[in-house]
Amino acid sequence: MVEYSVFSLISNALSGHKNWGRAWRDPEPKKHYDVIIIGGGGHGIASSFYLAKNHGIRSVAVLEKGWLGGGNTGRNTTIVRSNYMLDENAHFYEKSLQLWEQLSHELNFNVMFSQRGVINLIHSDSQMDAFTRRGNTMRLNGIDAELYDREQVRRFLPYLDYSKNARFPIYGGLLQPRGGTARHDAVAWGLARGADRQGVDIIQNCEVTGFKMQGNRITAVETTRGEIGCGTVGLAVAGHTGHLAAKLNMKLPIESHILQAFVTEPIKPMVDTVVTFGAGHFYVSQSDKGGLVFGGDLDMYNSYAQRGNMPMIEHVMSAGVAMMPNLSRLRVQRHWGGIMDMSMDGSPIIGKSPIDNLYLNCGWCYGGFKATPGSGWGFAHTIANGKPHPLNAALNLDRFRLGRTVDERGAGPYPNRH
Amino acid sequence: MIRISCPYCGLRDHDEFTYIGDATKNRPTDDASDEDWFNFVYIRDNPRGPHQEYWQHIQGCRAFVKVLRNTLTHEVLATGLPGDVLSNKISEGKNEPSAK
Ligand SMILES: Cc1cc2nc3c(=O)[nH]c(=O)nc-3n(C[C@H](O)[C@H](O)[C@H](O)COP(=O)(O)OP(=O)(O)OC[C@H]3O[C@@H](n4cnc5c(N)ncnc54)[C@H](O)[C@@H]3O)c2cc1C
Ligand SMILES: [Zn+2]
Repeated sequence: MVEYSVFSLISNALSGHKNWGRAWRDPEPKKHYDVIIIGGGGHGIASSFYLAKNHGIRSVAVLEKGWLGGGNTGRNTTIVRSNYMLDENAHFYEKSLQLWEQLSHELNFNVMFSQRGVINLIHSDSQMDAFTRRGNTMRLNGIDAELYDREQVRRFLPYLDYSKNARFPIYGGLLQPRGGTARHDAVAWGLARGADRQGVDIIQNCEVTGFKMQGNRITAVETTRGEIGCGTVGLAVAGHTGHLAAKLNMKLPIESHILQAFVTEPIKPMVDTVVTFGAGHFYVSQSDKGGLVFGGDLDMYNSYAQRGNMPMIEHVMSAGVAMMPNLSRLRVQRHWGGIMDMSMDGSPIIGKSPIDNLYLNCGWCYGGFKATPGSGWGFAHTIANGKPHPLNAALNLDRFRLGRTVDERGAGPYPNRH
Repeated sequence: MIRISCPYCGLRDHDEFTYIGDATKNRPTDDASDEDWFNFVYIRDNPRGPHQEYWQHIQGCRAFVKVLRNTLTHEVLATGLPGDVLSNKISEGKNEPSAK
């Protein structure tokens, strides 16, 4: 497969760009793989990439029921950050951010990672205290953070509502300058090409429909393209985890919920960072094509439907206009939904399962895109060694039984409140 | 918009209600085992299909309403009071609204 470089670009330009090869193969499933990863989203593909690259395990298949990155990976608002406070999260997400910083280079594929900063707005004295504490904790953990006062925010984001009528007055903001966005499809494609080049079989249109068991082990997965034998299985199906877990008689601390996102008609560059407005639950960035990409809260009820409902659309729009009044002049071009694997403490699960050769990668809530490289890296380590890496060791399934939950938001065991 | 039939108020838009959650979970007794408490607090069936859940008619009569709803289609299959046992009337072939 061709290496992308200025030379390959020039030579292909001379032949009218008609001779570019495939970026990855479209193989038929083999009879058996040492590792089968279920789910061809960012996490599944990244796991296969690092299994091959870091651990030399190349008999790997990624089974995807639809098309690559057609799940939450292709539906998310692409915010990448590591502004966490709890140690169990902070070091893991910071590792992921560091992997993002070298990902395009590592993959020889531009994932358009743009460190344009992520700022959380602050709207009260008590929030100012809380964010000061968060920022200090981040800095003590070696993660970048800057606290802005109202005037600094006004200079940075002149288009927000600073009037006396503002629904939530802006007191300041906490900025993570190294945060930003990446191009979601490019992440899936770049990782797929990287995995494929090391021998991983990426098999699309292949839905896992059941499991063959022997004692407490999975010996094969049943798919719409036949039965495939396996050594180890990694489950990375995000919002569909509950559905597949049920086929294994496994119940998990997870509920599936729907989250919507929106994009406006393209406009000239205006939002050159990522702004999040926690008081109204709204966040916005601008894509390279010019559309404002934004989202808000869950629809709140359990759902596997991948399509949202009108009341939440209205809520997100009103929150957005409260923060950024000029938004009311724009037309929304598209909106869509994705199914979130909401965990009971708001933190993910990467680790062992009650089944001997099954590993779980789930519970990402609405923050798993930023974890894509870190999740794959940690999951590959966990599968290859049969035990977690210290960076994801606390994000295990047992923590719920043991009462060691990692509840960043302090919201308690209510999956739709994280 | 999902339409939910409140046993007291009749068919209403779902944004008059607050979603409470899974209605199959019963609080264990104080002396129940750790395992029972773990299952109650953290573990959910999370089905793709009919799901029993509580909604509170917060902007109406404030009653808790038990709802049987398909999580894949959002279709409301039956509603009742919290103590009611709901059966899937629609899949049993009766198409009339399930409000009392
Ligand atoms: C609207 C929205 C906005 C979001 N915004 C952000 C954000 O700004 N920042 C952030 O960090 N995160 C965000 N997220 C969350 C993020 O998108 C996810 O956590 C992350 O992409 C999950 O990646 P994944 O690979 O685990 O899942 P997915 O990309 O969903 O991949 C899972 C794959 O499994 C496949 N699958 C399911 N069942 C089967 C089966 N039986 N057999 C085979 N394959 C199967 C699916 O088709 C799917 O492709 C957002 C999500 C949504 C929906
Ligand atoms: Zn009522």
